Amino acid sequence: MDLGTLIAAILTLFIFSFLYKDNPFYKFAEYLLVGISVGYFIVISIKTTVVPKLIFPVFREGDLLCLIPGILGFFMFLRFFPKLAWLSRISMALIIGAGAGVSIPAMMQAQIFAQMKASMGSYASINNIIVALAVITTLSYFFFSREHKGALGTSAKIGVFFMMLFFGATFGYTVMSRVTLLIGRAQFLLGDFLGIIK
Amino acid sequence: MRRQIPIVVCFVFGIFMLAQFFVSHPLLTRGYQNVLDWMQIIFVFALLVGALSFLILHLDKISKQQKEWGYNLVALAGLAAMVFLGFFKGIQKDSPFLWVFDNLQVPMQSTMFSLLAFFVASAAYRGFRARNFQSVVLLVAGVLIILGRVPLGEMLHSKIPESATWILNVPSMAARRGILIGIGLGSIATSLRIIVGIERTYLGKG
Repeated sequence: MDLGTLIAAILTLFIFSFLYKDNPFYKFAEYLLVGISVGYFIVISIKTTVVPKLIFPVFREGDLLCLIPGILGFFMFLRFFPKLAWLSRISMALIIGAGAGVSIPAMMQAQIFAQMKASMGSYASINNIIVALAVITTLSYFFFSREHKGALGTSAKIGVFFMMLFFGATFGYTVMSRVTLLIGRAQFLLGDFLGIIK
Repeated sequence: MRRQIPIVVCFVFGIFMLAQFFVSHPLLTRGYQNVLDWMQIIFVFALLVGALSFLILHLDKISKQQKEWGYNLVALAGLAAMVFLGFFKGIQKDSPFLWVFDNLQVPMQSTMFSLLAFFVASAAYRGFRARNFQSVVLLVAGVLIILGRVPLGEMLHSKIPESATWILNVPSMAARRGILIGIGLGSIATSLRIIVGIERTYLGKG
């Protein structure tokens, strides 16, 4: 057994010890995970974004336009100084404004047109009719410009039925994905670490 | 000025990013790509602000020797080790940085998420009660999906896996579509409100 497997197994057991109750072993693993994760993201973000998109263009290619995001990025640190903290709003405004501008056509294409197109299939099959009915009734539930009475109320109620099916299915799927991870960890402990199963 | 400048910046960049989608011109495409890169860079700096805040918080607890400050030391040691390995030993394949990632971070992360299997099941047992028709539908769908994904489901009844697949592919997927269309419309409305300056909560107070 190599050192990596041994350490991974010990840390896995530390975390599973939480199933008994909160204890120092779990806390150790928890804090270590937080520290390592932050360190990992710092290194990866700087090496894959800041260096190739800011440092190299400015210092190697002399592209001074790239100084703009550098300065705006620096403004973010001014949040620690109350008198200058407002400057960080400019950087936030750029991210939020540009993000909003990008998201409008993207949402239109991916969330609205693509989903509508997929729902308008051939109505020869019963499943396609159910899909169309579910999409329309679900949407009607989110129509708040009129009181949910009469036809709209009935449609909204049917929509709630389909949404409950969706929430139940999503819950079941989430449980199963966590169970899959649990099986993976058990396989690791019993196989790679203890060698009981192959 | 403290509020006007950010609102103008938000408007200009929002309109520019929106307009470039409808106007095809090499200059606009280049500008669009530049702004996307700028967003990524600023985002990393925002992340670094968070990391600095994390550092200050833990250092403060250590310096004051607050209760259980040893764990704060562990968190900082993990952070320092990754930063040192990443910047001084590199992040290439077979580097110590990736070794720590593969043998510490990945197993711990997946174990943390696998723990949720117990807590989700326990919360469901305590919270799910078939009080009315809607909760019965939710409960039945959840149970069918869980049983349909394990051999036990097929052992109980041969139609259970088939029903689970049907629920996922037909009514659940359709309701998901309806919700996605709703989310899309809501996002567009919110984006427009942000661009024109009606929605200003991102500016905070002051």
